[in-house]
Amino acid sequence: MTVPATVTSSARPAGDSDILLEVRDLRTYFHVLDGTVKAVDGVSFTIRRGQTIGLVGESGCGKSVTALSIMRLLDIPPAEIASGEIIFEGRDLLALSEEEMRHVRGNDIAMIFQEPMTSLNPVYTVGDQIAEAVMLHQRLSKKEAWNKAIEALRAVGINNPERRVKQYPHELSGGMRQRVMIAMALSCDPKLLIADEPTTALDVTIQAQILELIKDVQDRTGTALMLITHDLGVVAETVHDVLVMYAGRIVETGTVEDVLLAPKHPYTEGLLRSIPSRGMKGQRLNVIKGTVPNPFNMPKGCNFAPRCPYAFEPCAEYDPRIEDANPPDVACWLYTPAPGSPVPPRVRPRRPVEVGA
Amino acid sequence: MSDQPLRSPATSRVTPLTDTAATDYEVALESLNQWQLAWRRFRRHRLALVGVGILGVMVFLAIFGPIIWPYDPLALRRDLPGPQGFNPLQMPPFGSDGSGRSVFVLVANGARLSMLIGTTTMLIAVTIGVLIGAIAGFFGGWIDNLLMRFVDLVLSIPFLFIVLVAARFFGAGELVPLILIFGLLSWPSLARLVRALYLSLREQEFVLAARAVGVGDLRIALRHILPNAIGPIVVSATLIVANAIILEAFVSYLNFGLKAQDISWGNALARSQERIAVGNWWWPFFPGMAIALTVIAINFLGDGLRDALDPRSKE
Repeated sequence: MTVPATVTSSARPAGDSDILLEVRDLRTYFHVLDGTVKAVDGVSFTIRRGQTIGLVGESGCGKSVTALSIMRLLDIPPAEIASGEIIFEGRDLLALSEEEMRHVRGNDIAMIFQEPMTSLNPVYTVGDQIAEAVMLHQRLSKKEAWNKAIEALRAVGINNPERRVKQYPHELSGGMRQRVMIAMALSCDPKLLIADEPTTALDVTIQAQILELIKDVQDRTGTALMLITHDLGVVAETVHDVLVMYAGRIVETGTVEDVLLAPKHPYTEGLLRSIPSRGMKGQRLNVIKGTVPNPFNMPKGCNFAPRCPYAFEPCAEYDPRIEDANPPDVACWLYTPAPGSPVPPRVRPRRPVEVGA
Repeated sequence: MSDQPLRSPATSRVTPLTDTAATDYEVALESLNQWQLAWRRFRRHRLALVGVGILGVMVFLAIFGPIIWPYDPLALRRDLPGPQGFNPLQMPPFGSDGSGRSVFVLVANGARLSMLIGTTTMLIAVTIGVLIGAIAGFFGGWIDNLLMRFVDLVLSIPFLFIVLVAARFFGAGELVPLILIFGLLSWPSLARLVRALYLSLREQEFVLAARAVGVGDLRIALRHILPNAIGPIVVSATLIVANAIILEAFVSYLNFGLKAQDISWGNALARSQERIAVGNWWWPFFPGMAIALTVIAINFLGDGLRDALDPRSKE
């Protein structure tokens, strides 16, 4: 397997063959009645084999659209992948035919969705649905696929899988259904598992179980994991590396320790500060002031500048891109000198932020 | 990762993965599929059961009537009471017309053709309607637009005019052209319904999830969406049967229907016109009742099916 050696923003000293997925300058736009929404506006990142990566950001920041673009599951139109490359094991997924892409989905890249209550087809048993996924990608008889479905259910900690496999989704609880979804996703041993808010619809105790399960199967199978979430607690639990997204861009990258303990980007810092902690009893909750900018009318400079407590002169004028950033892990003029701006960056040291106390 | 100090309180205490025994009660319950659940709900629908009963009688009549009473329905029978016709409460059942034809034998024989016309019309309409509606709703865009304008076009065709023209082309009273015309004009409303169902179902998360495991378009449309749309389709199909039976009666009454020697309920009704003046009320009454009862029964059945097949039903 050879991967064309290229320079990307995340300059990791990893061997090329180690890189499983490389997203380069992905731009996904939605053409709607009122104009064009740049849901993903120039996103680049890499995922190494077996790496766990978290994609974090508010609702509507483009996390899910990034994932759906990788899977090529967006309806085109209204969506359009305006530019970019998604290199998976040396092949550009955006250049594949629909037929070739079908073999990638489920087989090489699997995905778990947010709503386990509606992600399973109500008219088929869970066994039917897992067996279907298996038979799409492997030359197995119905009986073999069915046995594989039972094994998959066992592997995600479902008791009595021989009985469960014959049940319909409406007979299962939310947590149980999410286990089934995970079993289905893992039934073909994918190299990359994309989990889009896998625990958001579940209650807290079940969330913990499902996260533990995802971590556990990731350990066992060695699949790479891309976890999409708005919940920083979930990120801290599950992944090694974090990408923070804001308004269609990646604004900060780093290991989970760096990003969560000593965030650089003011947005990341704001996210962390807005988590209520025990020491804050009796105080008002911290919020990031303002709202995400209107997608039809993005600010000229930094997208976050209107809400940023540290904004200074260049922020309103110049648009920081993480591709051009130095240091390369944060897109912010506090760190990178703005081009053509006479104002020097005001580098702030990484400051620990208390989380959860 | 396991000794990270970063755990949030929400996710810090992770319980073992396995189900506890307490949740296993679900396993003990019997698993029912879509049809078994529907049957349970259907059984509780009284009117629907009445409808099934009436339909059962009609189907029995259609299949076995002419075998049990093997008389030529058009033959004049000397053994039946004379030219004045007869009170239906006496023998033979349903009385006879003035020439000694048995109304009962006529109705029993008519059931065959009327039911045949109803069901074949429905099959044609369902095939076309589901196909066109599914393609339009599934693919959307210009395909949808094109097909739906075609639906508008078909809906704008004056039905009687087509029957008249067809009578000229194929010769009046041919059975097959009549059924074809019925079928070819009955599908548009079903196509609209199926389109709407596909439009909403294709946005469902389980469709996205199926795509994410690599299921192709055709399989999504047939295996994943269609079974979820089957309830409204079945209900609509029953109504098409009822409608076709009425249509046949209507067209036959106008003498654009079947030939005189083809016995259907509509035909029998048409033939009775001049008899009403004579006072032989049973001559139109029984074919008319057969039509009315069958249509009502089918509507009851459709009503029951609608409730039974509704996946949102909580019963």
